[in-house]
Amino acid sequence: MRLKESPSQTAGPYVHIGCTPRATGLAFADHDLGSSLITGSVDGTQITITGSVIDGAGDPLLDAMVEIWQADGDGQFGKSKGFTGWGRTAGDMDTGAFTFETVKPGPVALADGRLQAPHVTFWIVARGINLGLQTRMYFADEETANASDPLLCALPDPSRAATMLGHPTGDNTYRFDIRLQGEGETVFLDI
Amino acid sequence: MTMFPPRDRTWHPPALHMPYKSSRLRSPTHAPIQFPTTPAEEAGPTFGHGILGALDADLITNFAKPGEMALGPRLIVHGTLRDETGRGVPDALIEVWQANAGGRYRHKKEGYLAPLDPNFGGCGRMITDAEGRYRFTTIQPGAYPWPNGPNDWRPAHIHFSVFGHSFAQRLITQMYFEGDPLIPLCPIVGSIPSAEAVTALTATLDIEATKPMDSLAYRFDITLRGPNQTHFENQPEGM
Ligand SMILES: [Fe+2]
Repeated sequence: MRLKESPSQTAGPYVHIGCTPRATGLAFADHDLGSSLITGSVDGTQITITGSVIDGAGDPLLDAMVEIWQADGDGQFGKSKGFTGWGRTAGDMDTGAFTFETVKPGPVALADGRLQAPHVTFWIVARGINLGLQTRMYFADEETANASDPLLCALPDPSRAATMLGHPTGDNTYRFDIRLQGEGETVFLDI
Repeated sequence: MTMFPPRDRTWHPPALHMPYKSSRLRSPTHAPIQFPTTPAEEAGPTFGHGILGALDADLITNFAKPGEMALGPRLIVHGTLRDETGRGVPDALIEVWQANAGGRYRHKKEGYLAPLDPNFGGCGRMITDAEGRYRFTTIQPGAYPWPNGPNDWRPAHIHFSVFGHSFAQRLITQMYFEGDPLIPLCPIVGSIPSAEAVTALTATLDIEATKPMDSLAYRFDITLRGPNQTHFENQPEGM
């Protein structure tokens, strides 16, 4: 008999105590896990991803925790020595802005050989979010790859694909705002 | 690579649960888009046992001054981390956080009048063993009031953040204590659609695992998403 997954519950407003204790001033361990994706020399283009998580009233969340998970520059997961592929942050507790220093992921093939456009998985938890919200950031300057990405092409409403684009703002920086509700609501994934 | 069937979204809390006010502006209005798992969901970050400090799984002393201990009833919390197929999940990181015995969190933005315990931080972590088992020691967290309705109280609980071997298995949840009369009154527990699912988050007193003259014990098993089972794997051995 198959068991049932443990039901999710909100991470609550104090998720940082357990997941990014040093960011909330708690002297626990010598660093917060996920605070650096790049841990040594790494191939590929170093990029910065920054943005906010925005609620249905247009206000940034000040108590979210955001994780990212991605392939390395060669499109491989967890294979590079100097690159973990996984990051997490409490964001700035006064402005809500999150920032990740990472590398641009390479394209990743599906089991059937179809190629996915470069993308970064985002996972957002916070007070008021009952089950972690998962989405992806694709790169707005990868128009050709995005046009044939199997997931983007499968969206029932293709106009919503724009909500999954990170936009270049210069200096290898991409802006990716996540809208939880309403106008421009980000596409979230059940994957 | 292993495919994971989609989550059962009728089992988990819906994004919007009106009695839980914080969900009103933080719940997507569109249903999430289903897509078969891809390499991103079928792999996940790994954490070696080497990240652990000696006291990471002992919340009674990991924030305490030398020779001192956190206040409150002493507890052992233990269980097995398994996937939906019933297999133990070894080498998986579990992080926990909780209020102190008075129901107060050690956090900049927390203002409940109950005092901080100078010897309690409220943060711990562990990595499951070869069979998927975990264990930590702590104190019984207190119930606490929270701004939602005019008079809402959280039942005593411990927050859990769990990694499996794949990002598809990532989960955050809360553990409650058997017999707590606040469980049925809580709007956050109430977001869970069925009594059966609430039971899955309720730890049971484990008298066998108590440490006589020292600590009570509670058992809390956690289940992560599991891979599709093939017909072949379902055949009993030797048949
Ligand atoms: Fe809590």
